[in-house]
Amino acid sequence: MSDGPDRPAGQSRRGAAADRLRAFVSVSDARLLLVFAVALYGLFTLVSVVLGYNFNGIVDTLRRITFLSAIYAVLVLALNVQWGYAGLFNIGVAGFMAIGVYTMGMLSSPTTNTFPGLGLPLPIGILGGVLAATVLGLLAALPALRLRGDYLAIVTLAMAEIVRRTYRSPVFQEFSLGSVQLGTGGSRGMNLPENPIRTLFYQNPTEVGSPPNALGNVLFDTAAAIGIQPSVVEGWVYALGLVIVVGGVYWLLQRVGHSPFGRVLKAIREDEVVARALGKDTRAFKIKAFALGCALMGLAGILWRLSGGYVSTTMFQPIYTFYVFVALIIGGAGSTTGSVIGGAVFASLLFEGPNFVRRIVTGYVDVGAAPNTLFDAVAALGSLDVTPLVAYSLSDVNVSALRLVLLGVVLIYLIQNRPEGLLGHRKEVASPIDLTDRDAREGDS
Amino acid sequence: MTEQESGWRLIGAGGTRPLVLILAVVALALLTHLGWLLYAGDLGTASLAGYLWEGTILGMSYGLAGVGLAMTYSILSFANFAHGDLVTSGALSGWIAAFFVAGTGDFSIRALVHLGGPYSLNTNTLGLSVTNTPLAIVVGLIVAAALTALLAVAIDRLVFRPMRDQSGISLLIASVGVALALRYLLVFALQAGPRGLTAGQQTPSMTVPIGAGSLTIGAHEITLVVVAGLLMLATHVVLRYTKLGTAMRAMADNEDLARVTGIPTERVVLTTWLLGGALTGAAGFLIALERGTLSMSLGWDLLLLIFAAVILGGIGSVYGAIVGGVVIGISSRLSLVWLPESLVVVAAFLVMITVLLVRPSGIMGGVRTA
Repeated sequence: MSDGPDRPAGQSRRGAAADRLRAFVSVSDARLLLVFAVALYGLFTLVSVVLGYNFNGIVDTLRRITFLSAIYAVLVLALNVQWGYAGLFNIGVAGFMAIGVYTMGMLSSPTTNTFPGLGLPLPIGILGGVLAATVLGLLAALPALRLRGDYLAIVTLAMAEIVRRTYRSPVFQEFSLGSVQLGTGGSRGMNLPENPIRTLFYQNPTEVGSPPNALGNVLFDTAAAIGIQPSVVEGWVYALGLVIVVGGVYWLLQRVGHSPFGRVLKAIREDEVVARALGKDTRAFKIKAFALGCALMGLAGILWRLSGGYVSTTMFQPIYTFYVFVALIIGGAGSTTGSVIGGAVFASLLFEGPNFVRRIVTGYVDVGAAPNTLFDAVAALGSLDVTPLVAYSLSDVNVSALRLVLLGVVLIYLIQNRPEGLLGHRKEVASPIDLTDRDAREGDS
Repeated sequence: MTEQESGWRLIGAGGTRPLVLILAVVALALLTHLGWLLYAGDLGTASLAGYLWEGTILGMSYGLAGVGLAMTYSILSFANFAHGDLVTSGALSGWIAAFFVAGTGDFSIRALVHLGGPYSLNTNTLGLSVTNTPLAIVVGLIVAAALTALLAVAIDRLVFRPMRDQSGISLLIASVGVALALRYLLVFALQAGPRGLTAGQQTPSMTVPIGAGSLTIGAHEITLVVVAGLLMLATHVVLRYTKLGTAMRAMADNEDLARVTGIPTERVVLTTWLLGGALTGAAGFLIALERGTLSMSLGWDLLLLIFAAVILGGIGSVYGAIVGGVVIGISSRLSLVWLPESLVVVAAFLVMITVLLVRPSGIMGGVRTA
């Protein structure tokens, strides 16, 4: 990350600062995460200021970054259990999210919705969704035990598509089990239960124009005094809830990773035959790891979509699985801390970044109207005019396309050049005590 | 269907036999039910013939598109997720060429390059069809094959060649990256949104009376089935009777041994990409011809079905890909007897997963031809 040893003498001051930062960070992962979070918030505050946002806008930008980073962090942590620890290659993440969200929706959505649910309390719905994802994970683990890595990849992708297409099918748009009406909404999607944050702050959470309750009044008034709107406050509370969830999952997985269970998983990843020769029932360990990962994916999906109150099958296209994979590879498979950082780097820089770049460039440079097509933009190059090409590349649709091109290129680059992730070699060792010196370990990467 | 067959072959395979037996019973029950429906007159022979014919068309497209995938799978031992987008690239390049052959002079260059797209271009005025403009179709097919072959080689040089010594999973991840970059570069360059290609009404078709109804067979459907069949036959000849084919089969079997024996493995890899890419491009062009429309996600949407075909036939087996494609195609159309349209693909994927579980070597298992 920092300058190499042969940096020019003129930069020694900066180099020394970088060394101090590195020394500070290498003491513990908590410090690393702290420095990273400060850097990320600093960057996006700067970007918001450059874009001329008011205070409310800046706070809202940071909220969005926090929200997406936290969601991806949970997803990457979940995938890390399967791939980073147990070496199981699951590219059906989107499917496990989908079954979690839809099960939650069908259990807890009000019976009065267009596509009704059972109207059970939300915690039961969330629990049910996580359980459904776990059960599907157990089913998927069946092939996981028998198949080579690349076959498993195809099976999990197919499984995710089966889930998505089933929810999308008009057959289940509205159906009844006995006398109970249920529905997935098919291609129209379904409304989910009310955002739980609203129940904290409003007297009648289900009504749009409901007056806030006592707690809501205090919080919204305080926020209004410094120029923050109620919707941003709600969003921040939700995002902070997610950060707590990330913390909980992180703690859980750290414990798991350092427990005998986690050590066996890492042993399986390194050499399954040896693990089996040592008398470990590797099949049982793999099933448990797979199911644990799937449960967390279901949870992440639920927390993600609950905030918007609506779900449709387009939210579970296979591309979402690849997003999580890119994030995992950025952070370095096999590292819990790396997973959190990878999730945040992906969500904030790779996923949101290009749009901010677009806004900054179009805000400060007048590139004129975008030509209709790349053909016209390139034709203008003949008269040495670059602006049409820039304008075309910066149009809304094309930034989205280029962002995915960038994603593909980053994926290829990382897997070719830095398969161990951006942070260097951080794979946690299988032994209970790290026998290698941390600095030496980082030095060889 | 095919499950009973594998039931006999799997004797001695231990724990999988009960599952195979169950599958055989299910398949037999479905066939019996089909026979009963036909006998009772609930299913007309014409609609059955329709399912079979549509299934054959689908099967030939999956099969032809799968041959290239099976080739690279067997030689380089990784699942190439960028294969679908090679199909799309082939279709796009071929159709742009066909548009130029048929429409130069009548339409602006920018409209032809974009296959219409944001510019107005009446496909009926352009009048592309196999009978109206055979030259444009042939040129398009050749361009599709040639450009996709070159593209496949270029991708190999850039991405896969530096990774020859890495695991199949690393290559798979890299291929996902290639798929994303390729598809969205195409979207960036030519813009998303489906394009009409052929002049629908001007395409001749014939109607064959069957039973109480009739079956309509279009010229483009015949073109797809015949050309795909010929290309598969050509692939068979190359693999079976040329030195290159022997080298490829040797390499698929054991790469180190092949190299020790003096087979120039890198050159075989290059030829595999050229050959596989050409077949893939041709497949993309033909599929778009038969459908009459083309979207940027054509190949990606087909990818899992192509995988299903290749897996069903046994990964790495070219003949298997052909057989697997036809089986998937026909059974997915035939399943309309029992299933609503929206769940047909779900059923196809379930069959694929089951085959992977019960018989990972595929129904043609053991016959690794390339």
